[in-house]
Amino acid sequence: MAEKSWLTDFPQMERGDLIAIRKTLDGAYRDFSREYGDVIEAVFDPLLNFLIWFERLLLQSPWWLVLGAITGLVYLASRSWKLSGSVVVALLAIGYFGMWDNTMRTLSMITVCTLLAIALGVPIGIAMARSDRVQNIVTPMLDVMQTMPAFVYLIPVVMLLGIGKIPGLIAVIIYAIPPVIRLTNLGIRLVDREVLEAATAYGANPFQRLFGVQLPLAMPTIMAGINQTIMMALAMVVIASMIGVKGLGQPVLKSITNQYFTLGLLNGLAIVVLAIIFDRVSQAWAKRSQKHLGELSHG
Amino acid sequence: MAEQALIEICELYKVFGKYPASVMSQVHEGAGKDELLAETGHTLGLRDINLKINRGEIFVIMGLSGSGKSTLIRHFNRLIDPTEGKILVDGVDVMELNKKELEQFRRHKMSMVFQRFGLLPHKTVLENVSYGLAVQGVKKPVRHQKATEWLETVGLKGYEQQYPSQLSGGQQQRVGLARALCTDAEILLMDEAFSALDPLIRSEMQDQLIELQDKLHKTIVFITHDLDEALRLGDKIAILKDGELVQQGKPEEILLNPATEYVEAFVKDVNRARALTVETVMNPPISRITANTIGEALEQMKKLPEDYGYYVNEDGYQGILLQETLEQAAEDNAEAALNETLIEELEAVSPDAILESVIPETLDTEYHLPVVDEEGSLQGELSRSNLAEVLGDSSRQAA
Ligand SMILES: Nc1ncnc2c1ncn2[C@@H]1O[C@H](COP(=O)(O)OP(=O)(O)OP(=O)(O)O)[C@@H](O)[C@H]1O
Ligand SMILES: [Mg+2]
Repeated sequence: MAEKSWLTDFPQMERGDLIAIRKTLDGAYRDFSREYGDVIEAVFDPLLNFLIWFERLLLQSPWWLVLGAITGLVYLASRSWKLSGSVVVALLAIGYFGMWDNTMRTLSMITVCTLLAIALGVPIGIAMARSDRVQNIVTPMLDVMQTMPAFVYLIPVVMLLGIGKIPGLIAVIIYAIPPVIRLTNLGIRLVDREVLEAATAYGANPFQRLFGVQLPLAMPTIMAGINQTIMMALAMVVIASMIGVKGLGQPVLKSITNQYFTLGLLNGLAIVVLAIIFDRVSQAWAKRSQKHLGELSHG
Repeated sequence: MAEQALIEICELYKVFGKYPASVMSQVHEGAGKDELLAETGHTLGLRDINLKINRGEIFVIMGLSGSGKSTLIRHFNRLIDPTEGKILVDGVDVMELNKKELEQFRRHKMSMVFQRFGLLPHKTVLENVSYGLAVQGVKKPVRHQKATEWLETVGLKGYEQQYPSQLSGGQQQRVGLARALCTDAEILLMDEAFSALDPLIRSEMQDQLIELQDKLHKTIVFITHDLDEALRLGDKIAILKDGELVQQGKPEEILLNPATEYVEAFVKDVNRARALTVETVMNPPISRITANTIGEALEQMKKLPEDYGYYVNEDGYQGILLQETLEQAAEDNAEAALNETLIEELEAVSPDAILESVIPETLDTEYHLPVVDEEGSLQGELSRSNLAEVLGDSSRQAA
């Protein structure tokens, strides 16, 4: 009888064993988070303070000042009146439909997430490009980060840090950082061997090679990665709102549970508008900073 | 006595692969390149290279694609580390240098020109040329000043603010050359520097290099797979085959005495009349007459193989003396001094002249042509049979 059972049913471990394993792991992690949760939270305090400060700055300054500042930055980056004008119109529309505050919250969250993702991702990408071993270790981790459903890694983060801005930020970064890492690595590895060799032959040290040759030449690729990262961070906004990140995601969440179609659509469109602004501005800036490619660039 | 070589390579081996050291015993036992690859998966890059390159010479390394030329030249500044062997530059063992010393060595001792130019695409022409100085930490005004001068020297004045992608191939390589010269390094490494250029630009660049070398007297290691280029530029030529050095020597030595069939195949299509100079085929100057009187002159002439001789006094070569004329004059007075009227004019040729250019003169006269250098002293004699020998030889091989 025993043989038959493993032929028809998959040989499973005893239910009891499985429960024991789960209990042990959960228990251990719970103990860990009780023990160290406060310490870890304290580590993130400066970041939290910065997040709050930046959000307040955007929310409490007069709307026209913020609008002016954003437009100014857009113009500085893109040098395009057309783009700057479109941004003004889009933001005015958002404000008119009553989504200004939430948009500012999301904007501040995305800005901080992107800056952090770049600050973490570019150095990791550089390390990967310099060593095959690092690449072999990091690549599977990135694969997991990109395919693991966001809800799953929200659980330990929430257990450890509760709900709020910081867990939201961590979740967004875990989800959004892989492209900037991958493309930094790729960009540096694709730098023309002979150009790098020339730098070495003239006695450039590793520092001079990295900052004088590799990073500048990898910049178009890195910029593409940053662009991807921003888009993914924006896409994560709705999920992050489930763990208490305020902003455009919360109304969307509310609309899902209450079936408010228009509210959902409007806030969704606001996210799209933010995405388009980030995308166009970063691309225009990237193109402008690559003027040496001149006529060679394919658009 | 022997001049101290500037670059010296001793028993250099390079094996590419995972565990080069583990296959060295097989290499020393004489395993061939293909054999080694099939048995161990390692590529034999270079085997037992010994070279001496003297100060101020253009040393050409030649070989077919894949023969290891780039691998060899990259050992000079240690862009590639050898598996075994010694590299001495100016008496310094390059392998002994630590990281910092190696950087200094690359900054000041050698500069390099690359086949595909290796320019920094995101920097302007001016910044590219001054790159070597920038790496050294030279201040901007100083290095830009110097770069501007070199750009002018290579004929690219006015292109300072362009980007490399806006320049033609020939112009880009001039930038590469200016960049190499800008650091004042003593040694210039040129890896197929002109191979990517079309023939006309290429020969222009060769001219420019020769012209610059006349002024600068650098030590140049030049790589090419083109024998004509090698003959044109090289003071010495080394020929590589499958990572082994099959012959090295002066161009004419290689042309006239190819060491192996491989070299012979390499040189057989060369137009020798264009590649060789008079100096390389002439005979020593035996028919020299330095007498004061007619009698003495006749005396000297009797010992000569021919019935004429070249008259040489303190001012150098004067012309040709014929036995017939002298004998007639001696009947009058053998004690009389040699005078102008007895000397016949015969145009001399320069030792540096290309053989092709003296063929008409050689055929025009029944005498051997005197070879006379710039100071007027007699260096040798050139006969028709000399010419026939070297030129005929090549046509026979080519057939
Ligand atoms: N990094 C490397 N790893 C493995 N094998 C290499 C490496 N670099 C060169 N080789 C091998 O060494 C041999 C010589 O290559 P090298 O580039 O020096 O040739 P070359 O004479 O410069 O040829 P070309 O005229 O095509 O430039 C080739 O067989 C090549 O496969
Ligand atoms: Mg090569």
